[in-house]
Amino acid sequence: MDKFTVLTGLVAPLDRANVDTDQIISKEHLASIKRTGYGDALFGRWRQAPDFVLNQPRYKGASILLARKNFGCGSSREHAPWALMDYGFRCVIAPSFADIFFNNCFKNGMLPVVLSEAEVDRLFHEAAAFPGFRVVVDLEAQTVSTTDNAKTFRFEVDAFRKYCLLNGLDDIGLTLRHADKIRAFEARRKAQHPWSF
Amino acid sequence: MGQTLYDKLWESHLVHVEDDGTALIYIDRHLIHEVTSPQAYEGLKLAGRKPWRVDSVVATADHNTPTEHWEEGMAGVRDRFARLQIETLDANMREFGAKVYFPFLDKRQGIVHVIGPEQGATLPGMTVVCGDSHTSTHGAFACLAHGIGTSEVEHVLATQCLITRKMKNMRVTVDGPLGRGVTAKDVILAIIGRIGTAGGTGHAIEFAGSTIRALSMEGRMTVCNMAIEAGARAGMVAVDETTLEYVKGRPFAPKGPEWDQAVAYWRSLKSDPDAKFDREVRLDGREIKPHVTWGTSPEMVVSVDDAVPDPEREKDAMRREGMERALVYMGLTPRTRMTDIKLDQVFIGSCTNSRIEDLRLAAAVVKGRRVASSIRRAMVVPGSGLVKAQAEREGLDRIFRDAGFQWREPGCSMCLGMNEDRLQAGERCASTSNRNFEGRQGTGGRTHLVSPSMAAAAAIAGHFVDVREWR
Repeated sequence: MDKFTVLTGLVAPLDRANVDTDQIISKEHLASIKRTGYGDALFGRWRQAPDFVLNQPRYKGASILLARKNFGCGSSREHAPWALMDYGFRCVIAPSFADIFFNNCFKNGMLPVVLSEAEVDRLFHEAAAFPGFRVVVDLEAQTVSTTDNAKTFRFEVDAFRKYCLLNGLDDIGLTLRHADKIRAFEARRKAQHPWSF
Repeated sequence: MGQTLYDKLWESHLVHVEDDGTALIYIDRHLIHEVTSPQAYEGLKLAGRKPWRVDSVVATADHNTPTEHWEEGMAGVRDRFARLQIETLDANMREFGAKVYFPFLDKRQGIVHVIGPEQGATLPGMTVVCGDSHTSTHGAFACLAHGIGTSEVEHVLATQCLITRKMKNMRVTVDGPLGRGVTAKDVILAIIGRIGTAGGTGHAIEFAGSTIRALSMEGRMTVCNMAIEAGARAGMVAVDETTLEYVKGRPFAPKGPEWDQAVAYWRSLKSDPDAKFDREVRLDGREIKPHVTWGTSPEMVVSVDDAVPDPEREKDAMRREGMERALVYMGLTPRTRMTDIKLDQVFIGSCTNSRIEDLRLAAAVVKGRRVASSIRRAMVVPGSGLVKAQAEREGLDRIFRDAGFQWREPGCSMCLGMNEDRLQAGERCASTSNRNFEGRQGTGGRTHLVSPSMAAAAAIAGHFVDVREWR
């Protein structure tokens, strides 16, 4: 997994609430057995509209997606973060995320950032007002700042997820450090609840 | 202080906790299907890892399998990408193995969330995961069951554990008898209408109250299935006699003295009377009417005797915009009576509503009638080969066929339209599935979520009807 430390990037504002994973990557593109190659299909149906945010030249090369509440609701398809990553996004900022999508992001070196509705609103205004609007996302410091440092917003992130992302760690390897504990648990459970095996 | 059902399930599977609350929980049952597993098995191979416990895995192909042309075998899978996924699952099962695998064409094959319970592979008190968000279905058996991403599928295969954090506790209590024609589907749509699609985010929802208690296991599965549409990864119902009766005698259920030992434990799988919930919601079951969604999110739902809402009456600008966009997509005008909405297709199936009880409900409405000539296609897709066989023993297939319904082979089918079963652009469908997102059932397709009896009645009438008045 790629490390995520500090990201300075162009912000693309997607001004809709409840963006579901069917919109992020539609079912026609789930029939692959690979993790890559989904970028062209990102927001496929919406991208057919010429004025859709990602079709606007000013947002070309954006690496930070600004979104509204409940982003990523619906299916558990990890193809959603894969498609966002493949397109070039490394970070999504929103007031709230659906649980499974939120979790899937961390497994792929992508950072979902939760800011308050007011803070997100402010970023939407800035992104609309200033072509080329960029922010700096600093995972170590847990901040989102404008490039001139005029505004800084702090965000929360679980210590474990932060550690994995900062170091680009494979969490299977980390879990297997507890292999003895897992084996002991399993033996106990098998003795108590044999029907579960 | 007392514990909730979720607290008990959590605690009994806790292997390790980090300082920040990140936990490792042990996974008893891992359900695998063809769409979200290939990358996970590939990851295992690349890292030279082996599955931790193969006999936790129950696998089937369901998402993109065709529901016709089975007589042609694998050649019946017209889409070459779908065939590659199905064959990749076959190959991974040969290489890595499973407790049991129901491949494409097997008579026990079916939707993964139908066959788990049907086989007794889902048992009370288990942790159940699957690379599919509707894994919440299995919570009907007092399981901690939720959907995971493909990286997590790989993680569970390699370690038998899931890295997660404890969710908050939420209880949705529904009390009172349901009216005639009102089903479990209407109960969960009413709940989603009340709390919204993010209402349960970050929570595990326990469904409780006399209405839930009175539901069959099929009904409880329908309710828990759509917990994810209320934002909750996991939904659950406590164990009672209904649970035990359903489980007893299933192929993978314990037998003899082990059954008694299991039952003694399973009876403890309920919230203590003094358990504390972070959030409580109450609904009156007597007031729930048949529900129909009108928009592109399951929370955009009204009673069948109501009308399409008017965005102008919505004060919140963001919500109003969402409503307007949904109405344009759905091709609907505000204040249209729901019963005036005409349909092109009807789909009875999906992990929400494709079990034997669902088919019986629909057949009772259809019996002796004909699908309206304005309906281009009405189809019934049983949840599994065994459901299909049972329905055929009961003569339900004849009732559907005689009425003009297509009687298909089992699978996920038009719930997500990964196979050929899709809506055409602009087509409107009464569907017993779980998601009415834009393009969900086919590009440009318009989905209205309803119960099996409502879908059946809509097929006969050609438009929505209040099934409470169906005679």
